[in-house]
Amino acid sequence: MTAPTVLEVKDLRVSYGDAGGRALPVVRGVGFTLRRGEVLGLVGESGAGKTATALALLGLLPPGARAGGSARLLGTELIGLPVRELARLRGRHIAMVFQDPLAAFNPAQRVGDQIGEALRIHQRPRPTGELARRRAMELLEGVRVPDPARVARSYPHELSGGLRQRAMIAMAIANAPDVIVADEPTSALDATVQAQVLDALDGARRATGAALLLVSHDLGVIAGTADRVAVMYAGRIVETAPVDALFATPRMPYTLGLLGSVPRPDAAVPLTPIPGTPPAPGGAGPGCAFAPRCPLVAAQCRTEEPRLAGSAGHLAACVRQDALAECSAAGLFPASAPPRRTPPGGAPLLRVTGLAKSYPLPGRSAALGRRRPRQRRLALERVDLEVRRGETVALVGESGSGKTSTLMEIIALGAPESGSIEIAGYDTSALSRADVRRLRGAVQILVQDPMASLDPRMRVADLVAEPLHAQRYPKAAIAAKVPELLRRVGLDASDAERRPHRFSGGQRQRIALARALAVGPELLLLDEPVSALDVSVQAGILDLLRRLRAEHGPACLFVTHDLAVVRQIADRVVVMYGGRTVESGAVPDVFGAPRHPYTRALLSAVPLPDPPAARARVRVVLPGEPPEAAERSAGCRFRGRCPVYAALGVERTRCEQVTPVPVGADPLSGHTAACHFPHDTEGAPGRLGSEPEEHPPVR
Amino acid sequence: MVGRLSRRLAHGALLLLCSVFLSYVIASAALSPRAYFEDRQPRPSAATVNHELALLGTDDRTPVLARFGQWSWRAVHGDLGRTVDGDAVNAEFGRRIGVSTRLLLIGTLVGTGLGVLAGVWAAVRRHRLPDRALTVFSFLVLSVPTFVLALLFKEGALWFNQSAGHTVIRYTGERTPGLTGSLATHVKDRAVHLALPAATVALCAVASYSRYQRAATLDVLGSDHLRTAQAKGLTPGRALLRHGLRTSLIPLTTFFSFGFLTLFTGAVFTEQIFGWPGMGSWFMESAQKGDINSVVAVNLFAAVTVLLAGFVADVLHAVLDPRVRSR
Amino acid sequence: MSAGPTSTERSTETLVLRGRGASTGRALLRSPRALAGLALVAALFVLAYAGPYLTRWSYTDIDYTALRGAPSADHWMGTSRIGQDLFAQTVRGLQKSLLIGALVALASTALGAAFGTCAGYFGGWVDRVLMFVVDLMLVIPGFLLLVLLAPRLRGFGWPAFAGLLAALGWMITARAVRIMTLSLRERPFVAAARHMGVGPFRIIARHVLPHLASFLITDATVAVAAAVISETGLSYFGFGVQPPDVSLGTLIASGTDVALTCPWMFFFPAGLLLLFVLAVHLVGDALRDVLDIGSDRAGALR
Repeated sequence: MTAPTVLEVKDLRVSYGDAGGRALPVVRGVGFTLRRGEVLGLVGESGAGKTATALALLGLLPPGARAGGSARLLGTELIGLPVRELARLRGRHIAMVFQDPLAAFNPAQRVGDQIGEALRIHQRPRPTGELARRRAMELLEGVRVPDPARVARSYPHELSGGLRQRAMIAMAIANAPDVIVADEPTSALDATVQAQVLDALDGARRATGAALLLVSHDLGVIAGTADRVAVMYAGRIVETAPVDALFATPRMPYTLGLLGSVPRPDAAVPLTPIPGTPPAPGGAGPGCAFAPRCPLVAAQCRTEEPRLAGSAGHLAACVRQDALAECSAAGLFPASAPPRRTPPGGAPLLRVTGLAKSYPLPGRSAALGRRRPRQRRLALERVDLEVRRGETVALVGESGSGKTSTLMEIIALGAPESGSIEIAGYDTSALSRADVRRLRGAVQILVQDPMASLDPRMRVADLVAEPLHAQRYPKAAIAAKVPELLRRVGLDASDAERRPHRFSGGQRQRIALARALAVGPELLLLDEPVSALDVSVQAGILDLLRRLRAEHGPACLFVTHDLAVVRQIADRVVVMYGGRTVESGAVPDVFGAPRHPYTRALLSAVPLPDPPAARARVRVVLPGEPPEAAERSAGCRFRGRCPVYAALGVERTRCEQVTPVPVGADPLSGHTAACHFPHDTEGAPGRLGSEPEEHPPVR
Repeated sequence: MVGRLSRRLAHGALLLLCSVFLSYVIASAALSPRAYFEDRQPRPSAATVNHELALLGTDDRTPVLARFGQWSWRAVHGDLGRTVDGDAVNAEFGRRIGVSTRLLLIGTLVGTGLGVLAGVWAAVRRHRLPDRALTVFSFLVLSVPTFVLALLFKEGALWFNQSAGHTVIRYTGERTPGLTGSLATHVKDRAVHLALPAATVALCAVASYSRYQRAATLDVLGSDHLRTAQAKGLTPGRALLRHGLRTSLIPLTTFFSFGFLTLFTGAVFTEQIFGWPGMGSWFMESAQKGDINSVVAVNLFAAVTVLLAGFVADVLHAVLDPRVRSR
Repeated sequence: MSAGPTSTERSTETLVLRGRGASTGRALLRSPRALAGLALVAALFVLAYAGPYLTRWSYTDIDYTALRGAPSADHWMGTSRIGQDLFAQTVRGLQKSLLIGALVALASTALGAAFGTCAGYFGGWVDRVLMFVVDLMLVIPGFLLLVLLAPRLRGFGWPAFAGLLAALGWMITARAVRIMTLSLRERPFVAAARHMGVGPFRIIARHVLPHLASFLITDATVAVAAAVISETGLSYFGFGVQPPDVSLGTLIASGTDVALTCPWMFFFPAGLLLLFVLAVHLVGDALRDVLDIGSDRAGALR
């Protein structure tokens, strides 16, 4: 039995006007149908036209954009519909969940009132304010918001990202729409929160029977949520299929490469960087838009844009579908670096012990010169980690766990608030000026947004030379070194004269990397270096990092929230929660048998780009939100969200009163977990009494 | 929130103290009441001058800090001293404060109100006739210095009266001296006198506020939350009305406290040109006479109004924007 | 956490649009507003500096045969009540006003930039002290201080007067610059330079000031107009430029009471003043658009 069609899109076209008044096509003939209750995943990299497609459906394109073609919602043509009639449909029959809920909510109105307004616009008779407020609370409860009364009374900025996005979903389903369009609903959220939001979205969809158009760049999210998938490239759908078929047997080289470039948390496999970059809007054609990057390209591909063709609901816009059948992703888009290696041993280069850092709570100034003791919040409470020469250590955790603060404490090269940092044998609390200068050369940092870290007004050559100047290298040596550095990161020496905005995101990260490597650092700190990049570009950067590592590059401390990336790149992993190190060990050990309940939950929340495996997996959905930096307190910080704690009886007083310290083998090689009841290596939860109680609970 | 505002008040009080001190010192250094007395005809003896100066507390032979000490001791007890002509500064202050406040208040209210309305209107109709007309208007007004604008108004009124053959628009002073009649006559008389000065002050405010409000409204028109409001089913007009206006006023509050400075200066010019017996003209006269006590009193008034405007802007900001309330 | 790939994409677009020297110039020349403004400013400067050579009258000459003379072939803009040639006087006054305006704008923008970047970059007590000074100077309208101080500086001539105008006109620029510096300081490329061991003043010079350049250029442009307005206003009330020297302000003052009987004495100087300020505003507004500063300066004034 097939459900009735609710939305039928045919030959949808969107173009944006550029500064010169030319129309740049960003969506070039997109078509799909949505049936009641169905989830269609619209996936693609940035610039593929996903968001423009979604906005065109609601008539919410920015000024200057034009939409053409057809989109019929329950038989009503949406494209070209007058604004008044469109307004009557929006919110009632078609609703939208936006990417950034902080910006999408009115900052000056309570969340409950904003949800209530959606009801009052469409419900007749118009509900009273009181009734609308009550309904808003029910809706919030429906998307599993804890304490809906409080959330309804809050202003958007007072809520966490996950709560805001769930409130946004509640607002979207207020009038039980027929179609929900969700544009990257989870892309700025932590994996654990992302799982909660996707759950809420799924529940909301089931409750209303709506069809869901889920727009995402994240194949893992799509694999776990969608029934059917449409892959977009350069403004067109290049492949569409039921989710299992698409992931199992892609029929378009782009899809194959895309799937091959997604890192998986369950195995370290070579990733497939797709060479080149997608065409700019208006720059595609005359043939297949992917032809310039396609290893299977044939003469015919360059002359004529292929149409979607295929069978059994699996269509691909590719004339080489048959040739693709024998190819694997790794065969088609080979990586340059060996995926495996034996982790180096030896003396630690960086040793962080008991590191703590706190900030004064904002809002209280020393007006009139009167200082009062301020409350301080702890960003870091006790961080322990070590990095050996040549080793890559990943530092993972949710946002607010203190990962970046740890990096900043290390790079500050100053005396920490408490604890110690030792780099290459120097204790940072006792450095002379000369030592600091030497260490500035020995430690370099690479940050998330490559555009932001490169001064847009400087030439690439000057950017790369800046650390060399700071280390007082002679001019001639610098001039000789710059082209070599650029070549080393896969750029052309002729790129030196250009400015960073001429480069794509991936290339910019390569420039930043060349700059970080310029002075031959011993330790490279990386702060989410690939999370702002599209997966195919990310695969290229990860490949480059692996190759540099194989060439005896620096030791790396790699901060990321993405456990799948950790699996691909790191030798060891350190897990942080609420400013504390909770687990550490070799990557295969920790991923194979996580001991801390938090690590287990974190791992189970990582989206798997493998639909059957994603369905089969048992997920530990954590309640609550990642903790805000808190005041110093005894006991385990994780206990409020901990499934092990929840199942405990009287023994739980230990979690409440005794701060757990890392237990396990030798902290350097071994696998440690800071938990009173760690899971054992077989995965069974630990029991009380496995460790002798050293400190009786304090009353 | 209350804590934040009380901190602002404390900061303001400190600024007020420092600014009064500073203006006292600057006025004492820059002005010479001695010269004023010595220029009198017949020329008074040195002893008389010294006596007069000592009475005023502005004897330049006493160190300035000591004079400030005496002045502030009296000021704390509510006495701002005497003018060079021997009148109580307090009395003069009382006479003039109403005149200036009326002009400032009307200028601010009319200027802000009309400016905001015009700005929103221009933003909604951007690149169309109302927007272009308003742009040209505000450019012209902003390009005419306030004193020239006031002069133009004055000359225009003069010309108008001359061609009409009798005085239609009264523009000198804030009321007709010696006017008798009912309350209504007085109110009408004041209103007629108020028209041109108020228009001068308000016009400058409208020109700049409308530019800022237009920009702020355009920002809001492109904001995500207005798009959300439309996605909920509001038409663009209603979305702007219900969700855009309030947020677009938030940046204006910051501009308000700075715009007030310009407004204040404009009001000083306007008073002077239209012969209003307000704080501004008092200041000019006192500065020429070397009347330190009066100058300091006007500076005190200026500082208090400027700080008050800043405080009002802060309160408005907090009322409009819940995000600063929790800060 | 990641904001998704779109954030980089967006920043590319804005940065591609952000002009450097040459493209800014080209964009300016495409804007009719800017063209008109630039042409006017240039014409007024030419008039101010070439004007004195065009007429045989000097601004101090007195033609006893023509008192309150209407514009004529001999006196292009008429004469004053004591027979001075108004054209000679007006171009002289224009010269003075433009010179003072330009110098004051330059000086006050430089002061504002110095105070603002230091307060923003160093933070802490440096910031607190500098901002208290700014707040303090903003509490008393600068015009009042000018009225008090200008007569005292009379002996040093107009440069002292210009210096005073600059000293009282930099505070709002400083606040705006400080806010921008605060956010620039947190930008990763500044942090990166710090981590590499680049010194603070070098960072301000190499990484902070270049990013403020477009704001400062626009600010200086608008400041020229503000300075000319302050100067003429003060001179009008007798606190600025002193006789025998003339500025547009003193000319307007002497022309006011005869504006209806001898309109040339009022309207020529007032008209030139208006034209100049309008032209500067046109250029400033076009610059603001081209350099993408956003017409809302208030946003940076927090």
